[in-house]
Amino acid sequence: MTVTASASAARPRQGQTWLVIWACALAAVLVVFLLQESLPWTVNYPANAVIPVADWVSALMNWVKSNFSWLTRSLTAVLGVPLDFALNLLAKNFKIGHGADMIVLPRLSWVGVCAAAYLAGRAAGGWKLGALVGGCFLYIALFGQWTSAMLTLGLISIAVPFCIVTGLFAGIWAWRKPWAERLLISPALDLMQTIPTFAYLIPMLLLFGNSPVSAMIATAIFATPPMVRATMLGLSRVPSEIDDFSEMAGCTARQKLWRVLLPSARPTLMVGVNQVIMLALNMVIIASMIGAGGLGYDVLLALRALKVGEAMEAGLAIVALAIALDRLSQAIAHNHAKGNVYQDVSPSFWRRYPNLTLAVAILAVSTLFGLFVPAFAAVPKAITFTTAPLWKAAVNWITINFFDTIEAFRVALILNVLNPVRALCEGFPWLGAVCLLGLAGYQLGGLRFAALVAALTAFCAVTGLWEKTMATVYLCGISAFIACLIGIPIGLMASRSDRFEKIVTPVIDTLQVLPSFCFIIPVVMLFRVGDVTAMIATVAFAVVPAIRYTNHGIRQVPPALIEAAKVSGCTKRQTFFRVQLPLALPEIMLGVNQTILMALAMIIICAMVGTRDLGQEVFIALSKADSGRGIVAGLAIAFIGIVADRLFNAWTAKARARLG
Amino acid sequence: MTDTIERAAKAGNDARPIKLACRNVWKLFGADAANFIRRRDGKASLADIAAAGLVGAVRAVDLEIRQGEIFIIMGLSGSGKSTLVRCMSRLIEPTHGKVEFEGKDLLKISDAALIELRRHRMGMVFQNFALLPHLNVLENIAFPLGIQGQDRPTREKRAREVIELVGLRGREHFYPRELSGGQQQRVGIARSLATKPEIWFLDEPFSALDPLIRREMQDELMRLQTMLHKTIVFITHDFDEAIRLADRIAIMKDGEVIQIGTPEELVVNPATDYVAEFTRDVDRAKVISAKSLMRACDGAEHGGTVAPDAKIASFSADIVSAGKPFAVVNGTGKPIGEVTPQAVIDLLAGIERPGAGA
Repeated sequence: MTVTASASAARPRQGQTWLVIWACALAAVLVVFLLQESLPWTVNYPANAVIPVADWVSALMNWVKSNFSWLTRSLTAVLGVPLDFALNLLAKNFKIGHGADMIVLPRLSWVGVCAAAYLAGRAAGGWKLGALVGGCFLYIALFGQWTSAMLTLGLISIAVPFCIVTGLFAGIWAWRKPWAERLLISPALDLMQTIPTFAYLIPMLLLFGNSPVSAMIATAIFATPPMVRATMLGLSRVPSEIDDFSEMAGCTARQKLWRVLLPSARPTLMVGVNQVIMLALNMVIIASMIGAGGLGYDVLLALRALKVGEAMEAGLAIVALAIALDRLSQAIAHNHAKGNVYQDVSPSFWRRYPNLTLAVAILAVSTLFGLFVPAFAAVPKAITFTTAPLWKAAVNWITINFFDTIEAFRVALILNVLNPVRALCEGFPWLGAVCLLGLAGYQLGGLRFAALVAALTAFCAVTGLWEKTMATVYLCGISAFIACLIGIPIGLMASRSDRFEKIVTPVIDTLQVLPSFCFIIPVVMLFRVGDVTAMIATVAFAVVPAIRYTNHGIRQVPPALIEAAKVSGCTKRQTFFRVQLPLALPEIMLGVNQTILMALAMIIICAMVGTRDLGQEVFIALSKADSGRGIVAGLAIAFIGIVADRLFNAWTAKARARLG
Repeated sequence: MTDTIERAAKAGNDARPIKLACRNVWKLFGADAANFIRRRDGKASLADIAAAGLVGAVRAVDLEIRQGEIFIIMGLSGSGKSTLVRCMSRLIEPTHGKVEFEGKDLLKISDAALIELRRHRMGMVFQNFALLPHLNVLENIAFPLGIQGQDRPTREKRAREVIELVGLRGREHFYPRELSGGQQQRVGIARSLATKPEIWFLDEPFSALDPLIRREMQDELMRLQTMLHKTIVFITHDFDEAIRLADRIAIMKDGEVIQIGTPEELVVNPATDYVAEFTRDVDRAKVISAKSLMRACDGAEHGGTVAPDAKIASFSADIVSAGKPFAVVNGTGKPIGEVTPQAVIDLLAGIERPGAGA
């Protein structure tokens, strides 16, 4: 009795204490801000105190490069073998010998690949999926993107198995050894997923040169984390009875893992594979900057030359490839989740695997045909379309007719929204930010957490990147804010109407699949380069989790609670505001958190359209192959992400604990 | 009263060898639990455990399971019965005590010996079946044999035998999710029998099934047991199920075994109010046998004879219609007492009367 009484008395007092502390802290920061004339070092980190981390990293990388070139060279040579094979098979033809004696073995015929894609789809999900997947490939062929798309596909097809195997073993290790998970794997995964894609490219470029191999390595590293997580999750989710059964059957540790646990975890593993494929595609596109070639390179070239039509075409081919790969791997994962079904066992191979046999046969026959009929070897020019002029015309028409409107919108946005926020952010004292974030960390997670948050924030300042950091925060913050402003209401609407949800779901599914590059193209066509473009592309990219989590959060409120509310006489409005919304809030905040992280990832890529933030820093470092500068900027970006993520998660966890 | 003691003595003299025994087995959760119980020399009260901040899942369990008997461990959820059976099979390492398998301490044998033991001499059936989703019925049943390294024809031959035994013929190539709950558990049973185990752990095998199917499966188990004569350790939270199947029942509460006995002993002589509460709604005529109800012959004329082990339900109609006491005769045909119609009627009507046998 006394305990409850004192606890309930203590709670409001504690809340008030925090209120006072926050008021004091904000006042102190305001004072510092106003006194910046006399205390300039609190606002802008003094240039002479900058710790030259970038130089150290550069030196280290150079040392590695000069001392381990034998290693990187041999790695390149070894990895190049399967990669070249895949690229030759899909895109480039095999060339054996030189000069006049050169024998050319043809690549797989496009007709055969399209047919195989259709059959793979049919095997995984019926003729509808087959038509979708085959149609996507046919689209790529007919729009003249075949060779580029196959280069991209070839890189993926080598990188993905590598990711799956590495991820599987890392996941098993982490699952077996909790200390490894806590000390090594988890922090590494967090860092790998928050470091911007660009930053991966720099060390790869330095160590492995500008080649498909370095692009493949960057892709493999970037796309592995989801497989590790899926393995850990899948293994821990195997029912304890199955674990017990394997013990009672007398399995050795190895038999238990490979014959019981991993097969039982297969549905979760397949979800991981799907994510690996999508991340690999995303990265292969971006890795075109360091020699991946393929569709990404086409987009990059077209964007640099401001040929919006060509960029759009290549971008749409990426979309087609992404949709095909995603739906196919999702269908396979879904089949695994449903479990196996009894089929008549027939002894012959081709009866058991009719689709596979047929696909191999068609590939072989059509490729053989390709030797004699050129139309089978390469997509004949006569049947390809190009839509580039059309896109160009459309853009021209819009620019001519709506230039004033668009321009007015753009300028208004810059003057009234972007610039004031930017001024506020860039003038924000670094010391104040470190203290305020540290305080928030202390309130949410104690002293160690506060120290972590403050240290990561301080890193951005002491490396001399404070202004650029704040430029990133400003653009990312605004974009995430607008994305939430759009996404949460859509999510709410979707949660209240099944029909609306049916419309929204495929749209956000598709948006989520698209590589980040693709969002930039249409926006650049209308708004040209600059912060506005970056912001709009980022909003489009980052809006998905806000919608999805809001919808899911509201829908997962237990129906019993809603019935209880109805029985107590709540109106629909009251039910929504007093029951559903509070209960869904932690889930919605999780969505906001995801939105912020995705916005951050996208803002960095938007350096290509001329922002002036950390992304630009990485971009410049990439073009100069300045590893120290790029890696430090990349770390700063990762730290922004980690700070935001940790603070949000701590807050959400608290809110969840309160709800029980 | 003397009768009970006599019977207890008789149970002690049971000729069948002890297959599995627990000697002061403890499972405590919490920091430094092993030292805690060792310091106290294997004795601790509930208050001691709570004071040390530990949780006592299994406390001071002593029991002996004889070859060929169906030994049921009965308790409500959270009473520690699943933990106990996992200690017996060493899926969980007990904190203290001994688990003896044919007299050898199971907790001291090497990992390799344990694997060997589990492969050939132990079988287990699980509440939620624990079938492997990626294997079909035949492969699931052959799986433990495959683990032992048997080749495909041998293990599939054996798997087909047990499939026949549990009545699943024609479903060899179905996958678990295509089967009903009852069929899935038949697969679970077949899989655990494929290795011809000597001791068979059944962990609430029928609790996830509908009542009708559950009854059918209980009959199935009895049928199998008459053929196979396994030593069975059966976990359940359903007292009716326990009464139907058991040779002996151990009742658990809060990690302790509070009474071990035949169904009849539990019904006639509940050790605590808790046990009495369980047995209250039991159909006593089906549990109590003639010898529990008999009194010394007082020279009246007998309307018939019954064996001492005959359940009251088996002759209640006859004795009431005859209206005369029945003599209880032992194996040699010598009367050792008599059962009166009044005693039977009292039992059926649930009337307690002093002097009516127990």
